Amino acid sequence: MKKILKLFIISAIFHILTSNVFAGSDGTIEINSKSNNHNAEVKDCFESINRGIFAFNQGLDKIFFKPVAKGYRHLPKPLRSGTSNALNNLSSVVTIPNNILQGQFKDAGINILRFSINSTLGIAGVFDVASYYGINKLDKEDYGQTLGTWGVKEGCYFVLPVLGPTTVRDTLGSLANFGGGDAWYNVTIANDTKYFENSDYYYSRLTAGVDFRAKNLEAFDSLEKTSMDLYASVRSLYLQDRKRKILNSSETTETMNDDDWEEIDTQ
Amino acid sequence: MIKLKLFYFFLFITLIISPTKAKEPSKLINEIVNEASKILSSKDPVESKIIKLNNIAETSVDIDGISMYVLGKYRKNLSEDQKIKYKKLFKSYFLKSFSSRLVDYSDPKINVISEKKINDKYTIVNTILEETSKNPEIKIDWRIYTKNPERPLIRDLIVEGLSLARTQKEEFKSILQNNEENIEFLFKSLEEFIIK
Repeated sequence: MKKILKLFIISAIFHILTSNVFAGSDGTIEINSKSNNHNAEVKDCFESINRGIFAFNQGLDKIFFKPVAKGYRHLPKPLRSGTSNALNNLSSVVTIPNNILQGQFKDAGINILRFSINSTLGIAGVFDVASYYGINKLDKEDYGQTLGTWGVKEGCYFVLPVLGPTTVRDTLGSLANFGGGDAWYNVTIANDTKYFENSDYYYSRLTAGVDFRAKNLEAFDSLEKTSMDLYASVRSLYLQDRKRKILNSSETTETMNDDDWEEIDTQ
Repeated sequence: MIKLKLFYFFLFITLIISPTKAKEPSKLINEIVNEASKILSSKDPVESKIIKLNNIAETSVDIDGISMYVLGKYRKNLSEDQKIKYKKLFKSYFLKSFSSRLVDYSDPKINVISEKKINDKYTIVNTILEETSKNPEIKIDWRIYTKNPERPLIRDLIVEGLSLARTQKEEFKSILQNNEENIEFLFKSLEEFIIK
């Protein structure tokens, strides 16, 4: 029972970190595909239950994550930057195997180099020395994205308590971390090493969640203020974000289908 | 009478010979950003800032075009009266939403990085919102409607790869799907948001 609870907590924190949005009709959402211009539909399974869980997550955010993130903002900037750098460095141990699984060997090489430099010269990643030498940060990768690049469809969209929005594919991807896919989890929890405690893993994940929330305080407030249906907005943003990450493209023209706009003529 | 004839003659000639000036989409964004920055960093009261920001939006954003896009397939079922009512409501909703998003920023610094023409109708302008003590650097792409090159208009903002117009479209779709696809429910939601 204790082990299940542990896994649940880890999975919860992991989801908060991997979601750009923290909480999300028996409806479907159309997201464009890069390879062809057909629309893939993501089904929102059990929408009424999802909306209830979303409301619960919102409450949790109000009483815990948001106040803690606000407090975190008051820390001196170098301290926050150092924390953010160290956590980013730690996430490389998941990004690197996923670079390889996705065939991004050049990116894997760059990330290995960055990880080596920052873990040593950068004192456990606190200082981003690699960027100073011109080896710039690349996008993070995870097992959910790898499944996406392999052609695995999203499956149902749903919202988990604490964890927030997800899809069947992303949940399966998250589970890979606990099956040996995350070296940081392996050295802190899975294997009994003398150097790290279980709590190191929990603290690092929790801090990353707070760091992410602190960076997005205004963005979330603005979204909340201007949405008529916040649940639907968060769902849309989550699915767009995952799609963009799987395509590994920063080109708007590649991630957005122009057909949608073509018939709107106002000039 | 002769003077009036001469006036029309010169007006006609002027219209014929004056070259049509196409406006660069990135120039449009630069102008808007500078103007908005001036307004936001001024010491004007919030109400005055909102009025000025809304004036910018009304002249540089294709609010009618966005209103039709975000309605998706439902736009085809609107009667003429409903269309007029919807456009009016959407405009008020858009301006309120637009100004309340911006007014929290004291002096945003946005730099135009590049632009890419997709076709004759669209150009994407890539910009970066500079990092502040509160926020990290943010990438913002602007979808500019250039069918009339003399008057380019903004149709979408893509923040870190996330389209605001698409998000809005899916929000409206959800409202309609959960309310028997009755457009009156959307009107009611818009009215409630406007008076909130």
